[in-house]
Amino acid sequence: MKIKQISVFLENKKGRLYEALNVLAQAEINIRALSIADTSDFGILRMIVNNPEKAKEALEGAGFTTKITNVLAVGVKDKPGGLAEVLKILYEGDINVEYVYAFVEKSGEEALVVLRTNNLDKTIDLLQQKGVKLLDSKTVESL
Amino acid sequence: MEKKYYNPEIELLPREELKNLQLKKLQKIVRKVYNKVPHYRKKFKELGIKPEDLKSLEDFKNFPFTTKDDLFVDYPFGLLAEPLEKAVRLHTSSGTTGKPKAIFFSKKDIWAQAKLIARALFMSGATSQDILQNSMTYGLFTGALVMHYGAELLGILIIPAGPGNTERQIELMKTFGTTCIHMTPSYALYVATLIQEKGLKPGKDIKLKRAYLGAEPYSEETRKKIEEMLKVDVFNCYGLSEMGGPGVGFECPAKRGLHIWEDAFYVEIVNPDTGEPVKEGEIGELVLTTLDRTTMPIIRYRTRDLTRFIYEPCPCGRTHIRIERPLGRADDMFIVRGVNIFPQQIESVLMGIKGVAQNYQIILEGYDEMIVKVEINRDFFDGRIERLLKLRDEITEELRKAIQVRPKVELVEPGTLPPSEGKAKRVIDRRTL
Repeated sequence: MKIKQISVFLENKKGRLYEALNVLAQAEINIRALSIADTSDFGILRMIVNNPEKAKEALEGAGFTTKITNVLAVGVKDKPGGLAEVLKILYEGDINVEYVYAFVEKSGEEALVVLRTNNLDKTIDLLQQKGVKLLDSKTVESL
Repeated sequence: MEKKYYNPEIELLPREELKNLQLKKLQKIVRKVYNKVPHYRKKFKELGIKPEDLKSLEDFKNFPFTTKDDLFVDYPFGLLAEPLEKAVRLHTSSGTTGKPKAIFFSKKDIWAQAKLIARALFMSGATSQDILQNSMTYGLFTGALVMHYGAELLGILIIPAGPGNTERQIELMKTFGTTCIHMTPSYALYVATLIQEKGLKPGKDIKLKRAYLGAEPYSEETRKKIEEMLKVDVFNCYGLSEMGGPGVGFECPAKRGLHIWEDAFYVEIVNPDTGEPVKEGEIGELVLTTLDRTTMPIIRYRTRDLTRFIYEPCPCGRTHIRIERPLGRADDMFIVRGVNIFPQQIESVLMGIKGVAQNYQIILEGYDEMIVKVEINRDFFDGRIERLLKLRDEITEELRKAIQVRPKVELVEPGTLPPSEGKAKRVIDRRTL
Protein backbone atom coordinates (compact mmCIF):
# COMPACT_ATOMS: atom_id res chain seq x y z
CA MET A 1 0.00 0.00 0.00
CA LYS A 2 3.05 2.26 -0.08
CA ILE A 3 3.22 4.89 -2.74
CA LYS A 4 6.20 6.68 -4.18
CA GLN A 5 7.05 10.25 -3.32
CA ILE A 6 9.74 12.26 -5.02
CA SER A 7 11.84 14.63 -2.88
CA VAL A 8 13.98 17.38 -4.35
CA PHE A 9 16.78 19.19 -2.53
CA LEU A 10 16.49 22.91 -3.21
CA GLU A 11 18.95 25.53 -2.13
CA ASN A 12 17.57 28.86 -1.19
CA LYS A 13 18.12 30.64 -4.48
CA LYS A 14 15.78 32.86 -6.40
CA GLY A 15 13.80 31.00 -9.04
CA ARG A 16 14.97 27.55 -8.04
CA LEU A 17 11.48 26.27 -7.18
CA TYR A 18 10.18 27.62 -10.44
CA GLU A 19 12.99 25.87 -12.31
CA ALA A 20 12.13 22.54 -10.72
CA LEU A 21 8.43 22.86 -11.51
CA ASN A 22 9.22 24.01 -15.01
CA VAL A 23 11.30 20.88 -15.62
CA LEU A 24 8.28 18.81 -14.56
CA ALA A 25 5.98 20.82 -16.78
CA GLN A 26 8.26 20.24 -19.78
CA ALA A 27 8.23 16.52 -19.04
CA GLU A 28 4.44 16.63 -18.81
CA ILE A 29 4.35 15.42 -15.24
CA ASN A 30 1.20 15.98 -13.25
CA ILE A 31 1.60 16.93 -9.63
CA ARG A 32 -1.00 15.35 -7.31
CA ALA A 33 0.25 16.64 -4.00
CA LEU A 34 3.04 18.98 -2.99
CA SER A 35 4.69 20.34 0.12
CA ILE A 36 7.84 22.23 0.96
CA ALA A 37 9.85 21.79 4.13
CA ASP A 38 12.25 24.66 4.52
CA THR A 39 15.04 26.00 6.67
CA SER A 40 16.72 29.39 6.34
CA ASP A 41 19.03 28.28 3.55
CA PHE A 42 17.63 25.19 1.89
CA GLY A 43 14.39 23.34 1.46
CA ILE A 44 12.99 20.01 0.40
CA LEU A 45 10.23 19.88 -2.16
CA ARG A 46 8.09 16.77 -1.75
CA MET A 47 5.63 15.65 -4.38
CA ILE A 48 3.32 12.88 -5.40
CA VAL A 49 3.24 12.79 -9.20
CA ASN A 50 1.63 10.65 -11.87
CA ASN A 51 4.99 9.18 -12.97
CA PRO A 52 7.68 9.35 -10.26
CA GLU A 53 10.41 7.58 -12.27
CA LYS A 54 9.98 9.89 -15.23
CA ALA A 55 9.92 12.90 -12.90
CA LYS A 56 13.16 11.76 -11.27
CA GLU A 57 14.84 11.28 -14.62
CA ALA A 58 13.79 14.71 -15.86
CA LEU A 59 14.87 16.48 -12.66
CA GLU A 60 18.22 14.74 -12.43
CA GLY A 61 18.81 15.43 -16.09
CA ALA A 62 18.43 19.10 -15.22
CA GLY A 63 20.95 18.81 -12.39
CA PHE A 64 18.59 18.47 -9.43
CA THR A 65 19.28 16.20 -6.49
CA THR A 66 16.34 13.91 -5.89
CA LYS A 67 15.28 10.87 -3.91
CA ILE A 68 12.28 8.60 -4.19
CA THR A 69 10.90 7.45 -0.86
CA ASN A 70 7.85 5.51 0.27
CA VAL A 71 4.88 7.22 1.91
CA LEU A 72 1.21 6.40 2.42
CA ALA A 73 -1.82 8.00 0.78
CA VAL A 74 -4.62 8.01 3.32
CA GLY A 75 -8.27 8.74 2.74
CA VAL A 76 -9.78 10.70 5.63
CA LYS A 77 -13.36 11.82 6.19
CA ASP A 78 -13.84 15.28 4.74
CA LYS A 79 -15.32 16.76 7.90
CA PRO A 80 -13.99 18.36 11.09
CA GLY A 81 -11.87 15.89 13.03
CA GLY A 82 -11.32 13.60 10.06
CA LEU A 83 -7.52 13.80 10.12
CA ALA A 84 -7.38 13.92 13.92
CA GLU A 85 -9.11 10.55 14.02
CA VAL A 86 -6.34 8.99 11.95
CA LEU A 87 -3.58 10.65 13.97
CA LYS A 88 -5.14 9.39 17.18
CA ILE A 89 -4.76 5.80 15.95
CA LEU A 90 -1.08 6.43 15.30
CA TYR A 91 -0.58 8.19 18.62
CA GLU A 92 -2.12 5.27 20.48
CA GLY A 93 -0.05 2.87 18.41
CA ASP A 94 3.11 4.74 19.48
CA ILE A 95 4.01 5.78 15.96
CA ASN A 96 5.76 9.07 15.17
CA VAL A 97 4.55 11.15 12.26
CA GLU A 98 7.43 12.65 10.30
CA TYR A 99 5.22 14.75 8.08
CA VAL A 100 1.79 14.97 6.57
CA TYR A 101 0.41 17.07 3.72
CA ALA A 102 -2.72 17.19 1.59
CA PHE A 103 -3.59 16.16 -1.94
CA VAL A 104 -5.25 18.61 -4.27
CA GLU A 105 -7.84 16.03 -5.31
CA LYS A 106 -10.46 14.25 -3.35
CA SER A 107 -11.33 10.60 -3.74
CA GLY A 108 -15.12 10.39 -3.70
CA GLU A 109 -16.23 11.86 -0.39
CA GLU A 110 -12.79 11.56 1.20
CA ALA A 111 -9.97 14.01 1.46
CA LEU A 112 -6.56 12.59 0.71
CA VAL A 113 -3.37 13.13 2.72
CA VAL A 114 0.23 12.02 2.30
CA LEU A 115 1.61 10.46 5.45
CA ARG A 116 5.14 9.56 6.41
CA THR A 117 5.90 7.90 9.76
CA ASN A 118 8.88 6.30 11.44
CA ASN A 119 7.41 2.83 10.74
CA LEU A 120 5.37 2.51 7.57
CA ASP A 121 4.64 -1.23 7.84
CA LYS A 122 3.26 -0.93 11.35
CA THR A 123 1.26 2.13 10.27
CA ILE A 124 -0.32 0.18 7.40
CA ASP A 125 -1.31 -2.68 9.74
CA LEU A 126 -2.83 -0.35 12.31
CA LEU A 127 -4.78 1.78 9.85
CA GLN A 128 -6.11 -1.21 7.98
CA GLN A 129 -7.25 -2.84 11.22
CA LYS A 130 -9.22 0.32 11.98
CA GLY A 131 -10.75 0.40 8.53
CA VAL A 132 -8.93 3.54 7.34
CA LYS A 133 -8.67 3.65 3.57
CA LEU A 134 -5.19 3.51 2.01
CA LEU A 135 -4.75 4.12 -1.71
CA ASP A 136 -2.35 2.05 -3.80
CA SER A 137 0.00 3.61 -6.31
CA LYS A 138 -2.18 2.77 -9.30
CA THR A 139 -5.12 4.66 -7.83
CA VAL A 140 -2.95 7.63 -6.91
CA GLU A 141 -1.33 7.84 -10.32
CA SER A 142 -4.69 7.83 -12.09
CA LEU A 143 -6.28 10.50 -9.90
CA MET B 1 69.40 -8.06 -4.97
CA GLU B 2 66.88 -5.76 -6.49
CA LYS B 3 67.84 -2.15 -6.22
CA LYS B 4 65.36 -0.29 -4.03
CA TYR B 5 66.84 3.18 -4.01
CA TYR B 6 68.42 5.18 -6.80
CA ASN B 7 70.94 6.70 -4.44
CA PRO B 8 70.63 4.83 -1.13
CA GLU B 9 73.50 6.69 0.50
CA ILE B 10 71.75 10.03 0.14
CA GLU B 11 68.12 8.87 0.33
CA LEU B 12 68.67 6.97 3.59
CA LEU B 13 71.14 9.41 5.13
CA PRO B 14 70.36 9.74 8.87
CA ARG B 15 68.75 13.10 9.60
CA GLU B 16 71.63 14.36 11.74
CA GLU B 17 74.06 13.83 8.90
CA LEU B 18 71.59 15.29 6.43
CA LYS B 19 71.45 18.43 8.57
CA ASN B 20 75.23 18.66 8.74
CA LEU B 21 75.36 18.38 4.99
CA GLN B 22 72.76 21.10 4.65
CA LEU B 23 74.62 23.46 6.97
CA LYS B 24 77.83 23.05 5.00
CA LYS B 25 76.04 23.71 1.72
CA LEU B 26 74.14 26.66 3.14
CA GLN B 27 77.31 28.30 4.43
CA LYS B 28 78.81 27.98 0.98
CA ILE B 29 75.75 29.32 -0.82
CA VAL B 30 75.32 32.25 1.56
CA ARG B 31 78.95 33.23 1.03
CA LYS B 32 78.52 32.93 -2.70
CA VAL B 33 75.46 35.14 -3.02
CA TYR B 34 76.95 37.70 -0.64
CA ASN B 35 80.16 37.93 -2.64
CA LYS B 36 78.76 37.67 -6.14
CA VAL B 37 75.28 39.18 -6.16
CA PRO B 38 75.05 42.90 -5.30
CA HIS B 39 71.33 42.68 -4.55
CA TYR B 40 71.87 39.93 -1.96
CA ARG B 41 74.77 41.81 -0.39
CA LYS B 42 72.52 44.84 -0.05
CA LYS B 43 69.78 42.76 1.56
CA PHE B 44 72.25 41.16 3.98
CA LYS B 45 73.57 44.58 4.95
CA GLU B 46 70.09 45.93 5.56
CA LEU B 47 69.58 43.18 8.12
CA GLY B 48 73.07 43.66 9.51
CA ILE B 49 73.98 40.07 8.82
CA LYS B 50 77.09 38.45 7.35
CA PRO B 51 77.69 35.01 5.87
CA GLU B 52 79.84 34.06 8.87
CA ASP B 53 76.85 34.59 11.18
CA LEU B 54 75.50 31.27 9.90
CA LYS B 55 76.89 28.94 12.55
CA SER B 56 73.97 26.55 12.85
CA LEU B 57 70.82 25.82 10.85
CA GLU B 58 68.96 27.69 13.58
CA ASP B 59 70.73 30.91 12.49
CA PHE B 60 69.44 30.67 8.94
CA LYS B 61 66.07 32.15 9.87
CA ASN B 62 67.82 35.50 10.39
CA PHE B 63 68.82 35.67 6.74
CA PRO B 64 66.76 37.63 4.23
CA PHE B 65 63.93 36.12 2.24
CA THR B 66 63.86 36.25 -1.54
CA THR B 67 60.45 37.19 -2.87
CA LYS B 68 59.06 37.26 -6.36
CA ASP B 69 59.81 41.01 -6.43
CA ASP B 70 63.50 40.38 -5.78
CA LEU B 71 63.63 38.38 -9.00
CA PHE B 72 62.82 41.59 -10.89
CA VAL B 73 65.56 43.71 -9.34
CA ASP B 74 68.42 44.21 -11.79
CA TYR B 75 66.32 42.16 -14.21
CA PRO B 76 67.01 39.94 -16.04
CA PHE B 77 70.63 39.00 -15.20
CA GLY B 78 71.03 40.64 -11.79
CA LEU B 79 70.75 37.55 -9.62
CA LEU B 80 73.37 35.54 -11.49
CA ALA B 81 76.20 34.46 -9.22
CA GLU B 82 78.42 33.43 -12.11
CA PRO B 83 79.25 34.99 -15.47
CA LEU B 84 76.46 34.66 -18.01
CA GLU B 85 78.65 32.46 -20.22
CA LYS B 86 78.28 29.68 -17.65
CA ALA B 87 74.54 29.61 -18.23
CA VAL B 88 73.35 27.24 -20.93
CA ARG B 89 69.60 27.49 -20.62
CA LEU B 90 66.89 29.99 -19.79
CA HIS B 91 63.48 29.06 -18.45
CA THR B 92 60.76 31.47 -17.50
CA SER B 93 57.84 31.09 -15.18
CA SER B 94 54.27 31.09 -16.37
CA GLY B 95 53.84 34.63 -15.04
CA THR B 96 50.23 35.67 -15.39
CA THR B 97 50.97 39.38 -15.17
CA GLY B 98 53.81 41.49 -16.50
CA LYS B 99 57.33 40.19 -17.08
CA PRO B 100 58.07 36.50 -16.63
CA LYS B 101 60.50 35.37 -13.94
CA ALA B 102 63.77 34.44 -15.65
CA ILE B 103 65.73 31.48 -14.31
CA PHE B 104 69.15 30.47 -15.64
CA PHE B 105 70.73 27.04 -15.57
CA SER B 106 74.35 26.01 -16.01
CA LYS B 107 75.21 22.55 -17.36
CA LYS B 108 75.81 21.46 -13.80
CA ASP B 109 72.40 22.79 -12.71
CA ILE B 110 70.61 20.93 -15.49
CA TRP B 111 72.13 17.59 -14.64
CA ALA B 112 71.77 18.12 -10.89
CA GLN B 113 68.04 18.66 -11.35
CA ALA B 114 67.86 15.73 -13.76
CA LYS B 115 69.43 13.52 -11.10
CA LEU B 116 66.73 14.56 -8.61
CA ILE B 117 64.06 13.63 -11.14
CA ALA B 118 65.70 10.30 -11.96
CA ARG B 119 65.79 9.57 -8.24
CA ALA B 120 62.10 10.45 -7.91
CA LEU B 121 61.00 8.44 -10.95
CA PHE B 122 62.95 5.45 -9.67
CA MET B 123 61.29 5.92 -6.28
CA SER B 124 57.89 5.58 -7.96
CA GLY B 125 58.96 2.27 -9.47
CA ALA B 126 60.00 3.43 -12.94
CA THR B 127 63.02 1.83 -14.64
CA SER B 128 64.78 1.94 -18.00
CA GLN B 129 62.11 -0.46 -19.28
CA ASP B 130 59.43 2.20 -19.02
CA ILE B 131 58.08 4.43 -21.75
CA LEU B 132 57.16 7.93 -20.64
CA GLN B 133 54.83 10.09 -22.68
CA ASN B 134 55.66 13.65 -21.69
CA SER B 135 52.56 15.75 -22.33
CA MET B 136 53.62 18.93 -20.59
CA THR B 137 54.50 22.02 -22.61
CA TYR B 138 58.00 21.99 -24.10
CA GLY B 139 59.50 25.43 -24.24
CA LEU B 140 60.06 28.23 -21.80
CA PHE B 141 58.10 26.38 -19.12
CA THR B 142 60.28 24.04 -17.03
CA GLY B 143 57.65 21.28 -16.76
CA ALA B 144 58.45 19.21 -19.83
CA LEU B 145 62.17 19.75 -20.48
CA VAL B 146 63.37 19.27 -16.93
CA MET B 147 61.36 16.06 -16.60
CA HIS B 148 62.66 15.00 -20.00
CA TYR B 149 66.28 15.19 -18.91
CA GLY B 150 65.58 13.33 -15.67
CA ALA B 151 63.74 10.51 -17.40
CA GLU B 152 66.46 10.23 -20.02
CA LEU B 153 69.08 10.00 -17.31
CA LEU B 154 67.23 7.04 -15.83
CA GLY B 155 67.19 5.40 -19.26
CA ILE B 156 63.45 5.70 -19.81
CA LEU B 157 62.25 5.91 -23.40
CA ILE B 158 60.63 9.31 -23.76
CA ILE B 159 57.88 10.24 -26.16
CA PRO B 160 58.08 14.06 -26.23
CA ALA B 161 54.43 14.45 -27.12
CA GLY B 162 53.83 17.85 -25.60
CA PRO B 163 50.30 18.85 -24.68
CA GLY B 164 47.12 18.82 -26.72
CA ASN B 165 45.89 16.85 -29.72
CA THR B 166 44.32 14.23 -27.50
CA GLU B 167 43.47 11.89 -30.37
CA ARG B 168 47.15 11.67 -31.20
CA GLN B 169 48.09 11.30 -27.52
CA ILE B 170 45.88 8.22 -27.31
CA GLU B 171 47.23 6.86 -30.61
CA LEU B 172 50.79 7.20 -29.27
CA MET B 173 49.83 5.38 -26.08
CA LYS B 174 48.31 2.53 -28.08
CA THR B 175 51.02 2.25 -30.72
CA PHE B 176 54.11 2.50 -28.53
CA GLY B 177 52.76 0.97 -25.33
CA THR B 178 53.27 4.04 -23.15
CA THR B 179 53.63 2.99 -19.50
CA CYS B 180 53.94 6.41 -17.83
CA ILE B 181 52.45 9.80 -18.51
CA HIS B 182 53.42 13.24 -17.27
CA MET B 183 50.70 15.90 -17.55
CA THR B 184 48.46 18.21 -15.61
CA PRO B 185 45.64 16.60 -13.59
CA SER B 186 42.92 18.37 -15.54
CA TYR B 187 44.37 17.11 -18.80
CA ALA B 188 44.70 13.58 -17.40
CA LEU B 189 41.02 13.67 -16.54
CA TYR B 190 40.22 14.83 -20.05
CA VAL B 191 42.35 12.13 -21.65
CA ALA B 192 40.80 9.48 -19.38
CA THR B 193 37.30 10.58 -20.39
CA LEU B 194 38.14 10.40 -24.08
CA ILE B 195 39.70 6.95 -23.65
CA GLN B 196 36.49 5.83 -21.99
CA GLU B 197 34.32 7.36 -24.71
CA LYS B 198 36.31 5.53 -27.36
CA GLY B 199 35.56 2.27 -25.59
CA LEU B 200 39.28 1.58 -25.08
CA LYS B 201 40.15 -0.60 -22.10
CA PRO B 202 42.89 0.66 -19.80
CA GLY B 203 45.04 -2.33 -18.85
CA LYS B 204 44.37 -3.91 -22.25
CA ASP B 205 44.36 -1.40 -25.12
CA ILE B 206 46.23 1.19 -23.11
CA LYS B 207 48.90 -0.15 -20.80
CA LEU B 208 49.62 2.74 -18.49
CA LYS B 209 51.12 2.03 -15.08
CA ARG B 210 51.90 5.43 -13.65
CA ALA B 211 50.81 9.01 -14.07
CA TYR B 212 52.94 11.88 -12.82
CA LEU B 213 50.65 14.83 -12.28
CA GLY B 214 51.54 18.33 -11.25
CA ALA B 215 51.54 22.06 -12.08
CA GLU B 216 48.03 22.74 -10.79
CA PRO B 217 46.11 22.01 -7.60
CA TYR B 218 43.55 19.22 -7.55
CA SER B 219 41.73 17.16 -4.99
CA GLU B 220 42.37 13.71 -3.62
CA GLU B 221 39.04 12.58 -5.09
CA THR B 222 40.20 13.57 -8.55
CA ARG B 223 43.35 11.57 -8.02
CA LYS B 224 41.29 8.48 -7.15
CA LYS B 225 39.04 9.08 -10.13
CA ILE B 226 42.00 9.27 -12.51
CA GLU B 227 43.53 6.16 -10.92
CA GLU B 228 40.32 4.22 -11.45
CA MET B 229 39.62 5.48 -14.94
CA LEU B 230 43.12 4.85 -16.27
CA LYS B 231 44.06 1.95 -13.97
CA VAL B 232 47.27 3.72 -12.96
CA ASP B 233 49.11 4.83 -9.86
CA VAL B 234 49.03 8.59 -9.71
CA PHE B 235 52.07 10.30 -8.20
CA ASN B 236 51.94 13.94 -7.28
CA CYS B 237 54.91 16.05 -8.14
CA TYR B 238 55.59 19.56 -7.02
CA GLY B 239 57.94 22.07 -8.48
CA LEU B 240 58.36 25.65 -9.53
CA SER B 241 60.55 27.28 -12.12
CA GLU B 242 62.36 29.35 -9.48
CA MET B 243 63.56 26.11 -7.87
CA GLY B 244 64.42 24.45 -11.16
CA GLY B 245 61.02 23.10 -12.13
CA PRO B 246 59.61 19.65 -11.37
CA GLY B 247 61.49 17.32 -9.07
CA VAL B 248 61.43 19.50 -5.96
CA GLY B 249 58.79 17.42 -4.18
CA PHE B 250 57.75 13.95 -5.23
CA GLU B 251 55.55 11.24 -3.80
CA CYS B 252 56.90 7.80 -2.96
CA PRO B 253 54.71 4.68 -3.23
CA ALA B 254 53.29 5.44 0.24
CA LYS B 255 51.48 8.37 -1.45
CA ARG B 256 51.32 10.20 1.81
CA GLY B 257 52.94 13.55 1.28
CA LEU B 258 55.79 14.60 -0.98
CA HIS B 259 59.44 14.05 -0.16
CA ILE B 260 61.65 17.04 -0.70
CA TRP B 261 65.22 16.12 -1.55
CA GLU B 262 66.92 17.83 1.34
CA ASP B 263 70.41 17.38 -0.02
CA ALA B 264 69.35 19.79 -2.78
CA PHE B 265 66.86 22.07 -1.02
CA TYR B 266 66.63 23.57 2.43
CA VAL B 267 62.98 23.63 3.48
CA GLU B 268 61.19 25.96 5.86
CA ILE B 269 57.54 26.67 6.54
CA VAL B 270 56.71 30.17 7.80
CA ASN B 271 53.69 32.24 8.72
CA PRO B 272 52.98 34.18 5.52
CA ASP B 273 52.17 37.27 7.55
CA THR B 274 55.07 37.46 9.95
CA GLY B 275 57.70 35.32 8.23
CA GLU B 276 58.27 33.49 11.53
CA PRO B 277 58.53 29.68 11.49
CA VAL B 278 55.14 28.08 12.14
CA LYS B 279 54.57 25.78 15.10
CA GLU B 280 55.15 22.09 14.50
CA GLY B 281 52.61 20.66 12.08
CA GLU B 282 50.94 24.00 11.33
CA ILE B 283 50.07 25.16 7.83
CA GLY B 284 52.22 27.92 6.43
CA GLU B 285 54.12 29.16 3.42
CA LEU B 286 56.77 26.91 1.93
CA VAL B 287 60.19 28.59 1.79
CA LEU B 288 62.96 26.95 -0.22
CA THR B 289 66.68 27.48 -0.65
CA THR B 290 68.66 25.91 -3.49
CA LEU B 291 71.67 24.08 -2.07
CA ASP B 292 73.36 22.98 -5.27
CA ARG B 293 72.40 25.61 -7.84
CA THR B 294 75.53 27.25 -9.24
CA THR B 295 74.47 29.92 -11.71
CA MET B 296 71.49 31.38 -9.95
CA PRO B 297 71.28 30.32 -6.32
CA ILE B 298 68.18 31.54 -4.51
CA ILE B 299 67.95 31.66 -0.75
CA ARG B 300 64.80 31.54 1.37
CA TYR B 301 62.46 31.82 -1.58
CA ARG B 302 58.87 32.60 -0.64
CA THR B 303 56.98 30.15 -2.83
CA ARG B 304 53.54 31.47 -1.75
CA ASP B 305 52.47 27.81 -1.63
CA LEU B 306 50.81 26.60 1.54
CA THR B 307 51.63 23.29 3.12
CA ARG B 308 52.71 21.64 6.35
CA PHE B 309 55.45 19.24 7.37
CA ILE B 310 54.72 15.57 7.92
CA TYR B 311 57.16 14.54 10.62
CA GLU B 312 56.45 10.82 11.00
CA PRO B 313 59.13 8.65 9.42
CA CYS B 314 58.02 7.46 5.99
CA PRO B 315 57.34 3.73 5.51
CA CYS B 316 59.51 3.89 2.38
CA GLY B 317 62.56 4.36 4.60
CA ARG B 318 63.75 7.60 3.05
CA THR B 319 64.84 10.17 5.61
CA HIS B 320 64.03 13.25 3.55
CA ILE B 321 61.19 15.32 4.99
CA ARG B 322 57.69 15.15 3.56
CA ILE B 323 55.30 18.00 3.00
CA GLU B 324 51.57 17.85 2.51
CA ARG B 325 50.62 18.31 -1.12
CA PRO B 326 50.32 22.11 -1.56
CA LEU B 327 46.70 22.92 -2.29
CA GLY B 328 46.53 26.62 -1.73
CA ARG B 329 48.45 29.84 -2.15
CA ALA B 330 49.50 32.18 0.62
CA ASP B 331 47.79 34.94 -1.35
CA ASP B 332 44.52 33.15 -0.64
CA MET B 333 44.87 33.69 3.10
CA PHE B 334 42.19 35.85 4.66
CA ILE B 335 41.53 37.17 8.13
CA VAL B 336 38.19 36.81 9.90
CA ARG B 337 37.70 38.18 13.39
CA GLY B 338 41.45 38.49 13.73
CA VAL B 339 42.17 34.87 12.81
CA ASN B 340 44.33 33.93 9.81
CA ILE B 341 42.52 31.36 7.72
CA PHE B 342 43.54 29.47 4.60
CA PRO B 343 40.98 27.95 2.24
CA GLN B 344 43.10 24.79 2.48
CA GLN B 345 42.12 24.39 6.13
CA ILE B 346 38.45 24.53 5.20
CA GLU B 347 39.02 22.12 2.37
CA SER B 348 40.76 19.50 4.50
CA VAL B 349 37.91 19.60 7.05
CA LEU B 350 35.27 19.25 4.35
CA MET B 351 37.07 16.39 2.66
CA GLY B 352 36.90 14.42 5.89
CA ILE B 353 33.12 14.67 6.19
CA LYS B 354 30.83 12.14 4.59
CA GLY B 355 27.95 13.64 2.66
CA VAL B 356 29.95 16.55 1.30
CA ALA B 357 30.86 16.89 -2.38
CA GLN B 358 34.21 18.39 -3.34
CA ASN B 359 33.21 21.95 -4.17
CA TYR B 360 32.86 24.75 -1.67
CA GLN B 361 32.97 28.51 -1.51
CA ILE B 362 33.78 30.98 1.24
CA ILE B 363 31.92 34.27 1.33
CA LEU B 364 32.89 37.09 3.64
CA GLU B 365 30.35 39.82 4.12
CA GLY B 366 28.85 42.37 6.46
CA TYR B 367 31.01 42.94 9.52
CA ASP B 368 33.28 39.93 9.43
CA GLU B 369 30.62 37.33 8.77
CA MET B 370 31.90 34.15 7.21
CA ILE B 371 29.64 31.94 5.14
CA VAL B 372 30.81 28.57 3.86
CA LYS B 373 28.76 27.18 1.02
CA VAL B 374 29.09 23.43 0.73
CA GLU B 375 27.75 21.17 -1.98
CA ILE B 376 26.06 18.08 -0.66
CA ASN B 377 26.76 14.70 -2.14
CA ARG B 378 23.95 13.47 -4.41
CA ASP B 379 23.88 10.05 -2.77
CA PHE B 380 23.69 11.55 0.70
CA PHE B 381 20.27 13.10 0.11
CA ASP B 382 17.58 10.75 1.36
CA GLY B 383 14.70 13.21 1.46
CA ARG B 384 14.91 13.82 5.22
CA ILE B 385 15.48 17.30 6.52
CA GLU B 386 16.94 16.13 9.86
CA ARG B 387 19.79 14.42 8.07
CA LEU B 388 20.72 17.63 6.28
CA LEU B 389 20.45 19.71 9.45
CA LYS B 390 22.71 17.25 11.24
CA LEU B 391 25.22 17.46 8.41
CA ARG B 392 25.14 21.24 8.57
CA ASP B 393 25.76 21.20 12.32
CA GLU B 394 28.57 18.69 11.97
CA ILE B 395 30.31 20.82 9.33
CA THR B 396 29.90 23.96 11.44
CA GLU B 397 31.37 22.29 14.50
CA GLU B 398 34.30 20.68 12.69
CA LEU B 399 35.16 23.98 11.03
CA ARG B 400 34.96 25.82 14.33
CA LYS B 401 37.39 23.34 15.87
CA ALA B 402 39.81 23.73 12.96
CA ILE B 403 39.81 27.50 12.48
CA GLN B 404 38.54 28.88 15.81
CA VAL B 405 35.82 30.83 14.06
CA ARG B 406 32.21 29.65 13.80
CA PRO B 407 31.10 30.09 10.20
CA LYS B 408 27.56 30.03 8.90
CA VAL B 409 27.34 26.88 6.82
CA GLU B 410 24.97 26.75 3.87
CA LEU B 411 24.23 23.52 2.08
CA VAL B 412 23.81 23.92 -1.65
CA GLU B 413 22.94 21.67 -4.55
CA PRO B 414 25.73 19.63 -6.13
CA GLY B 415 27.16 21.11 -9.29
CA THR B 416 26.21 24.70 -8.50
CA LEU B 417 29.57 25.98 -7.24
CA PRO B 418 32.63 26.55 -9.44
CA PRO B 419 34.57 23.25 -9.66
CA SER B 420 37.68 22.84 -7.54
CA GLU B 421 39.96 22.20 -10.52
CA GLY B 422 42.34 24.83 -11.78
CA LYS B 423 42.29 28.32 -10.47
CA ALA B 424 38.71 28.58 -9.21
CA LYS B 425 38.06 31.46 -6.86
CA ARG B 426 37.39 30.04 -3.42
CA VAL B 427 36.98 33.20 -1.39
CA ILE B 428 34.65 36.05 -2.17
CA ASP B 429 35.17 39.06 0.05
CA ARG B 430 32.20 41.43 0.16
CA ARG B 431 32.94 42.94 3.55
CA THR B 432 32.27 46.59 4.00
CA LEU B 433 34.88 47.85 6.42
